[in-house]
Amino acid sequence: MSFFSTPVRPHAVRAARDARSGRQRFLQGATPWLFLIVPLIFLCLFTLLPVGNMIWYSFTEWNGLSKDKEYVGLGNYIEFFTRPELFRVFLVSLYYFVASFVQMGLALYFATILSFNTRFKNLFKGILFFPYLINGVAIGFTFLYFFRPGGTLDASLAALGLEQFQQQWLGNPDLINFSLSGTSVWRYMGLNFVLFLGAIQSVNPSLYEASSLDGAGKWQQFRYIILPSIRPIVGLSMILAISGSLAVFEIPYIMTGGANGSMTFVIQTINMAFKFNKVGLASAMAVILLLIVLLITWIQRRLVPDEKVNLT
Amino acid sequence: MKSATFGGLKYLTLIVASLVTLLPLVTIVMASFKTSREFQQSGPFDLPESFGFENYVEAFTKGGMLHAFFNTGIILLVSITGTVIIGAMTAYAIDRFEFRFRKVVVGVFLFAVLVPAVTTQVATFQVVNNLGLYNTRWAAIVLFMGTDIVSIYIFLQFIRAVPRELDEAAKLEGAGPFRIFWQIIFPLLKPAIATVVIIKGFAAYNEFYIPFLYMPSRDLGVISTSLFRFTGPFGAHWEVIAAGVIIVIIPTLIIFVLLQRFIYSGFTQGATK
Repeated sequence: MSFFSTPVRPHAVRAARDARSGRQRFLQGATPWLFLIVPLIFLCLFTLLPVGNMIWYSFTEWNGLSKDKEYVGLGNYIEFFTRPELFRVFLVSLYYFVASFVQMGLALYFATILSFNTRFKNLFKGILFFPYLINGVAIGFTFLYFFRPGGTLDASLAALGLEQFQQQWLGNPDLINFSLSGTSVWRYMGLNFVLFLGAIQSVNPSLYEASSLDGAGKWQQFRYIILPSIRPIVGLSMILAISGSLAVFEIPYIMTGGANGSMTFVIQTINMAFKFNKVGLASAMAVILLLIVLLITWIQRRLVPDEKVNLT
Repeated sequence: MKSATFGGLKYLTLIVASLVTLLPLVTIVMASFKTSREFQQSGPFDLPESFGFENYVEAFTKGGMLHAFFNTGIILLVSITGTVIIGAMTAYAIDRFEFRFRKVVVGVFLFAVLVPAVTTQVATFQVVNNLGLYNTRWAAIVLFMGTDIVSIYIFLQFIRAVPRELDEAAKLEGAGPFRIFWQIIFPLLKPAIATVVIIKGFAAYNEFYIPFLYMPSRDLGVISTSLFRFTGPFGAHWEVIAAGVIIVIIPTLIIFVLLQRFIYSGFTQGATK
């Protein structure tokens, strides 16, 4: 990333600093560390130490409580990849992965039409964005009510004369992941939408005027002005969608607890660690997820150079 | 003609999208005003007979929402203050000083950005437990403060825009690095502070997982975990659960309406790290 660039000191200041006494120079050297000591302690305690421990635990069989951990080598990793019921969670992420593309498509559509002159623009923008700000538990309950038999969805279908489509939205294992990933689209679409809208509005408005004068229609404006301006942020969002769909947790956990075939990778890891006390196996799963996320980020950095994503 | 159909289609889709967004929430609002018997006998779209606040009172008292707002408030205040100070200090040290191992420090922070916090809880739990923070508010506070790299990044962007001449001028007048930081740099970071407060504020208010995992005690319930516990005692009482949901959403709605402009720009900056 480019944001941690090396500071450049004016020569005069450097000369002045060199002229000072040794004690002052020591103080000068210690100063940045005084600013950094607290953040670094936090970083070590709550990020680096856990990552290190997690890798260590992943090679052991441990219940999280007892004093001894038994070294089992790659046993936990082999167990994960050879038990189909554990491995199955990757299939569930596919639903969320596909849903995130639907989400981006909708976001792109609404960002585009709201970038043109629209009445009540701010109202529509506010309504579409607001779900993103709502508490996850509140969303979970709202959609439990929405999908329950005789709930909001069934009542809406009845109102439209579509009673024959009423069904067990969360009770049917074939349907549950559609319902849950749909909830996820409802929750997160607003963020994509606001990001895309910001990128589109950063385009110089005179470009639209000039293109209208040249006889360009709305589609041509979209194709040749809007699309190129948001390509970096769309690319970034797509790649974040991959790691996002692997890390799905809140909505399925709150709404179903992972039941009925809605188990996701993270719910399974958490259950393994805190419900079944298999910290070794859970750590191995967490390491696998970490490696996948690192790999995806590496690909992202190669495909979408940092400085191109700039909305401000 | 073509333009008119486009315009019509545009408003039609916007209205449909708004309905889809609002409908689940509107039916929850209606449910929250129904009595238990009324709820059993009516459909989601039937208007409540009267607008009594009994369910809200029950959610507040029996559901412990008052206590939950208190706990969330404390955690929010302490962790946001901490995040702002830590983030600004880190950014100042990294941007304004040359020192040995600076690249290592930067590299370590960069690595931390990439680690998804939700996965490392398996091992973070042991650390928090060994520090004796399990089942205290401090667990949430230190985890909110200590694992936030996005705010460091936001401060860095702003601090780079503060001209170095200001530091140098203050230095010539004899100000030490701490005075320069507190009296010159920190006050100039107000826009960054606003952004961080907004992003962290919503994140801390909405956080479910950390309090759920580290603060199981009923007395330590925050907004999310207290609402989550509604499924037990109020299992069949959707009208009370609905009131709880609305109680949680109302503060979010008020802040959103008041601070819209800042919220859009804050999340735009935060998301494109």
